[in-house]
Amino acid sequence: MPRLTSRAEFEEWRQSVLASWEPSKPCITVCGGTGCRALGAKEVTAALGRELKKQGLQDKVDLKMTGCHGFCERGPLVVVYPQQIFYQGVTAEDVPDIVSETLVKGNPVERKLYVDPVTGQPVVHEPDVPFYREQKRVLMKYNGLIIPTKIEDYIAIGGYQALCKALFEMTPEQVIEEIKRSGLRGRGGAGFPTGRKWEECRRADGDVKYVICNADEGDPGAYQDRSLVEGNPHSILEGIIIGAYAVGAHEGFIYIRHEYPLAVENITRAIEQAEAYGLLGKNILGSGFDFTFKVHRGAGAFVCGESSALMRSIEGYAGEPRAKRIHATEKGLWDRPTVLNNVKTWASVPYIINNGADWFAQMGTATSKGTMVFSLVGKVNNTGLVEVPMGATLRHLVFDIGGGISSGKKCKAVQTGGPSGGCIPERLLDLPVDYEALTEAGSIMGSGGLIVMDEDTCMVDVARYFLHFTMEESCGKCTACREGSRRMYEILERIVHGKGQEGDVERLQEIGEAMIAGSLCALGRMAPNPVLSTIRYFRDEYEAHIRDKRCPAAVCKDLITFSVIAENCTGCGVCLRNCPQGAITGEKKQVHHIDPNKCIRCGICREVCRFNAIKVE
Amino acid sequence: MFDVNKVDAVIEKHGAEQRALTAMLQDIQSEYNYLPREALERIAQKMNLPLIQVYQVAKFYKAFSLEPRGKHSITVCLGTACHVRGGVAIADQVGRLLGVKPGETTKDRRFSFDTVNCLGCCALGPVMVVDGQYYGKMAASKVERVLQKYMEEEVAANA
Ligand SMILES: Cc1cc2nc3c(=O)[nH]c(=O)nc-3n(C[C@H](O)[C@H](O)[C@H](O)COP(=O)(O)O)c2cc1C
Ligand code: FES
Repeated sequence: MPRLTSRAEFEEWRQSVLASWEPSKPCITVCGGTGCRALGAKEVTAALGRELKKQGLQDKVDLKMTGCHGFCERGPLVVVYPQQIFYQGVTAEDVPDIVSETLVKGNPVERKLYVDPVTGQPVVHEPDVPFYREQKRVLMKYNGLIIPTKIEDYIAIGGYQALCKALFEMTPEQVIEEIKRSGLRGRGGAGFPTGRKWEECRRADGDVKYVICNADEGDPGAYQDRSLVEGNPHSILEGIIIGAYAVGAHEGFIYIRHEYPLAVENITRAIEQAEAYGLLGKNILGSGFDFTFKVHRGAGAFVCGESSALMRSIEGYAGEPRAKRIHATEKGLWDRPTVLNNVKTWASVPYIINNGADWFAQMGTATSKGTMVFSLVGKVNNTGLVEVPMGATLRHLVFDIGGGISSGKKCKAVQTGGPSGGCIPERLLDLPVDYEALTEAGSIMGSGGLIVMDEDTCMVDVARYFLHFTMEESCGKCTACREGSRRMYEILERIVHGKGQEGDVERLQEIGEAMIAGSLCALGRMAPNPVLSTIRYFRDEYEAHIRDKRCPAAVCKDLITFSVIAENCTGCGVCLRNCPQGAITGEKKQVHHIDPNKCIRCGICREVCRFNAIKVE
Repeated sequence: MFDVNKVDAVIEKHGAEQRALTAMLQDIQSEYNYLPREALERIAQKMNLPLIQVYQVAKFYKAFSLEPRGKHSITVCLGTACHVRGGVAIADQVGRLLGVKPGETTKDRRFSFDTVNCLGCCALGPVMVVDGQYYGKMAASKVERVLQKYMEEEVAANA
């Protein structure tokens, strides 16, 4: 295929792609996201390929391994089109039935259908599964439909039409105006208005400007950026090219976290394809606009998700942040005006240009527009990626989409915003999720991780966990963050070990305030959030640890004991055999006993006991 | 074995510029599984930089190891989702069985043990990865069996 050199040539190519795209042709898709791959999606795809051949269907049915569908809890996922019959937990053994029953005869294979836990009825079609039914998918819409490494698939769903519109029908100022009117705000954490950022950069002096996509996704528990880069890389690329045109940049980078090899592979392929077709490089589609784009792999440092540290890292140095007296839009990468946006921010751009600012702005709340992709994880039934309009309540996310708490216990809190965020207690779950509401509640939107916690989660332990994270990830450049996080961690350590002292809560608050006031970058300024928010909502748990030397959730090892519940113990001996310390004694068929002096509270006996005979308190 | 030509080829490929430094170190790390001192010295020499500046970058990022790594790599996720589902108990058990702390390699160089902050498959949590093979919904009581498999493979390979 020669480079396309005009809009007319692009249109001609698009028509030819559409002509060979048959929406009614049977197609079977397998989710190729990381979760489903780990559960055996590759084997399922290979088995499908063999079975289609065996039954002589290889030309009549398309087989696609797509990006992440989102319902990771139930993987590997398979969907049969055009009926959209949805199968979960598929293994290679199920493949012959799926092919002969569903593809040949059109009947669903009952045993692989999703059963709605509320009604007890099997659900046949994907859009009727409650997990999907309650979502509004914009950015994630095509993840399950296209082969990420095939540019034709992206073209068939309307890809690169927004780029054509921007390049040939709009001035850069009009593009910026459209983004401003849409109300799009940064999806990487702080929620800065995207149009304003672009405008500042456009107005900044200088011929050399840069655009960067932040795919560092450092928040533990968040993986939506990864799924988008892996599953629909062209949509991000298209958004970036439009942004580069708007601000007048001719070079750009995507900074990807090093744990994401498949994302690197797929975006690299997308770049090569876009270059080959003339959608990147010199004189894009004959418009006169030049833009080149490169991948920069991160090397493992959370702070590099921060804007100035990320730029330092691309320059080839240790990624230490710098004080932001001057905006990156004036002096960013190599001191040139630079726009940095999150993956989801860039991915929203083509949809806004295609559908208009008004369409985007009608979704969401007064101050937060559009949709947000969350990763719903932790103690929830339907773990996965969910996209909803801004302003959906946490309760809707956790219970209607997430299907409630997996342990059958009560929900205690939802953590948002990763190590920079906070814990929102159950009683505030009716909070509409937007930037302002979360900040008021002592947390932040962050990059969209929602970690659900139940009664078995100790909030002091969670606070300690995050402070340990920050302490390890603090780059050490400024004192407030380096020393503050260490001191806070030490106090939390002694509290969970039962050595907490009166006044520790106040000390934590005081150091927290100092870190907020004195840190160089947002890593340190936000680090106290997990501690301050848990003190705000769960002070009684801190006090139980400090005064009564008791961990109400029975998590903190030094404050709990393991013992055998005599009535339940059958003397089967499983715990005795599995105990790594030899701390359990007892004759066969007799009640067993745990020696508290030998017990290291590893929890293995409770895990292996089938009679619920181990008590922790 | 360390081969200076390989390092030169990496430098050649990326160009001896500051902006290429991480990419060069990444290539060398994937070649040797760690960053040999000789390689860092060679890069510093070619780039006309004091060794400390190359060392600073090598030390800053977690993807780089300055020590030789074990034959098998064991990773336990301690991201938030895995943490609340019991990741710590798994990490503790791995450490106990191998007699090493996270970030360390066993004396016989058979196993390296690390913890990470999220592998992006939180739905499978708690997650443990051995040589790229994911073990989802792990439990402390299952760790021994998983490790046993790799130890037996070793024994079989040596026999
Ligand atoms: C410590 C730290 C880590 C961050 N990590 C990320 C990240 O992984 N991904 C991201 O998009 N933004 C991250 N940010 C926010 C970025 O600094 C920046 O605000 C964002 O990428 C801008 O894009 P947006 O306007 O589209 O949100 C981080 C900020 C801090 C302080
Ligand atoms: S928290 Fe363990 S995989 Fe995400």
